[in-house]
Amino acid sequence: MRYLPLLWAGLFRRKTRTILTLLSIVVAFLLFGMLRAVQTAFESGADAADAKRLLTTARYSIIEPLPMAHLKVIERVPGVVGVASADWFRTKYQNESNAFPVFAVDPARYLDMYPEFTIDPAQREAFAKTRTGAVAGQRLVDRYGWRIGQKLPIASEIHAKTDGSLNWEFDLVGVIDAEDPAIRGNTDVVLINVAHFDEARQLGRGKTGWYVERIAESEQAKAISSEIDRLFANSPDETKTAPEKEFAVGFAKQIGDIGAVVTRILIAVFFTILILTGNTMAQSIRERIPELAILKTLGFSDARVTALVVAEAVLLLALGGGLGMAAAAALLPAVNGSTGGRFPPLFVTETTWLAAAGLALLVALAIGLPPALRARRLRIVDALAGR
Amino acid sequence: MADLVQVRAVTKSYRRGGETIEVLHGVDLDIARGDFVALMGPSGSGKTTLLNLIGGLDTPTGGAIVVDGRRIDRLSSGELSAWRAAHVGFVFQFYNLLPVLSAQRNVELPLLLTSLSAAERRRHAAIALALVGLADRARHKPRELSGGQEQRVAIARAIVSDPTLLVCDEPTGDLDRATAGEIMALLQMLNREHGKTIVMVTHDPKAAEYASRRLHLDKGTLIADGAGA
Repeated sequence: MRYLPLLWAGLFRRKTRTILTLLSIVVAFLLFGMLRAVQTAFESGADAADAKRLLTTARYSIIEPLPMAHLKVIERVPGVVGVASADWFRTKYQNESNAFPVFAVDPARYLDMYPEFTIDPAQREAFAKTRTGAVAGQRLVDRYGWRIGQKLPIASEIHAKTDGSLNWEFDLVGVIDAEDPAIRGNTDVVLINVAHFDEARQLGRGKTGWYVERIAESEQAKAISSEIDRLFANSPDETKTAPEKEFAVGFAKQIGDIGAVVTRILIAVFFTILILTGNTMAQSIRERIPELAILKTLGFSDARVTALVVAEAVLLLALGGGLGMAAAAALLPAVNGSTGGRFPPLFVTETTWLAAAGLALLVALAIGLPPALRARRLRIVDALAGR
Repeated sequence: MADLVQVRAVTKSYRRGGETIEVLHGVDLDIARGDFVALMGPSGSGKTTLLNLIGGLDTPTGGAIVVDGRRIDRLSSGELSAWRAAHVGFVFQFYNLLPVLSAQRNVELPLLLTSLSAAERRRHAAIALALVGLADRARHKPRELSGGQEQRVAIARAIVSDPTLLVCDEPTGDLDRATAGEIMALLQMLNREHGKTIVMVTHDPKAAEYASRRLHLDKGTLIADGAGA
C-alpha cells in the first residue's frame, strides 16, 4: 500500500492516454464477462446435469416415441432407484412468438427426479391430484403475468385432442423455481399431468417421449445404461440411454460449439488488447527512464524497480478488468429483462470472476514484464546522462 | 577529524565504440567527516565520474573506495542500493524531481524504503521541507515551483533520511546568481549546523567559495587541493 500513491501517479502521468487505454481494457473485460455469461447459459444444462440421472430415448431419434410400458421394465433394472417418463409437444401461447416447452409427466415421479427444482409442497400435491393441473417455471409466470388458479390456454402444434382440436386448457396449480441461477433456466417449462394428457389426446396413446432414471451410484451409469438398452435390443422400440450430461452436451452442440466461438472471439479481443496496452506501457516506461534512474539513485533496488513497473501494469489491468466485469455484471440483468425470459438467464458466475482475475494477471505480466526488465537493466549513470 | 571517504588508486574506464577510454587515472583522495569539498575542473575531467563513484552510483574499474569504514566498491548492486538509501543524499543540476508527485511526496520517496509509517514519513518530510524554507509549498507539484524552489525540494529529499554524505552535482548550474547564492548558503548551513559531509561538483568558482576545501581534476587526475571558506 505504501507504493500506491507512487504507482497511481505514474499510471496517470498522461491522463488522456491512460484513460483511453483503460477504456479499451474495460470494453475487453465487458465482452469477456458477457460472452462468458452466454457460454455459461448454453452450457448450464451440462453443468446442472446430475451424475445420478440417466436419459433414455428412442435409439435413432429423440422425436420417436417409446412405449409407456418400458417404465416398469426399466424400474426393475438393478441400480435404478426411480424412473419418470416425459413427453413433449410443441406449443404456442397466444401467438407464434410465445413458445415454450410443455412436458407431460407423472407429477410425483418427475419432480422426484429433479430435487433441484423448488415447489411449494401444497402446490406439488395439488399438481398430483388435479388431472388438468399444470405447474410453470417462475420466469414464465413472471413473463406472462400468470396467477395460480387461472386457466392456461395452450395450443399444440403436434397433439390434437380427441375432438380434433389443437387447443388445450390446463389449470395452473403451482410454480417451480430453482435457487441456483445456473439451473433457473431449466425451469422455463410448463409441466402437465400425463394421465389427463394421454387420455385426452387423439393419437399416440400409451407412448411417451423419453425416460429419466435416477440411479444409486453414479459410477454405475455406463453399466446401467447398457443394461437398459440391452433389455430393448432387437425390439421395435430400441432405446439409447446415457448420462444426462452427455445428452446436454450433445444438445448444446446441435446449436453450435458456443465455447469454441466465445474462445475465438476472446482470443482476438485480448490479442488486440495485449498489443495496444503493451505498446502504451512500453512507451510510458520509456518516457520515465530518468525518473526510474532517480528511484534507483535514491536506493530503490533493481528488483524493487522491476516490481514497481509490473505492479503498475497489474494496477492498470485490475482497474480496467474490475470495471469491465462490474459493468458486465450490472448490464446483464437489463439484458435478461430485454429478452423477456426467452433466453436462459445470463449472469457472471464466480468462476467467470476468477477467470477474469487470472486473465488480467496474465495480461499484466505480459505487458509489464518487458518494460520492467528494461527498467531492471537500467544503469543509473547512463540514464541520468541521457544515454 | 577522521576521514569519512577514502579513495585509493581509483581508475575508471568506459568502452565507447570498441575503444576503452580511461576517465580516472589512479585517484587518491581523503575527505574528512564534516568536510565540504568542491570538485572543480574542465568538462570531461572526470569530476562527475568521481562523484558517482563516491556516491555509489557506479563502481570503479580499479582501486578502492571506503566510505564510513565500508568498501563500497565491493558491494553488489543490491547492497549498493541499500547503502545509498541509508548513507547518501543526492542533489542534481536539474533537480530530478518526479513531476507527478507533490513536493511532499517527492521528499517522502527515500523514506518509502524505511520501516516508517505513513504518518511518520509525512512528519519527516514536513521537517525537511521546513528546514529548506518550503513548508508552505508541500502540496505543490514541481512545475508549480521556481527553479530555486525545486532545488530546495531536491535538497529536502536528499537530507530527509539523515544521510552521512551529501553528493551534489552542479547544484547551482541551472540557477541565476542570486538563487544560486541562496542554495549554496543552504548547503553551507547543512554542513556547518547539521554536520553533513558534502562533496560537490561545480564549474562555478562563486559556488566553490562556499566549500571548505576545493579540489581540481584535470584529465582524470587530481592536480590541486586548496582550502576554501
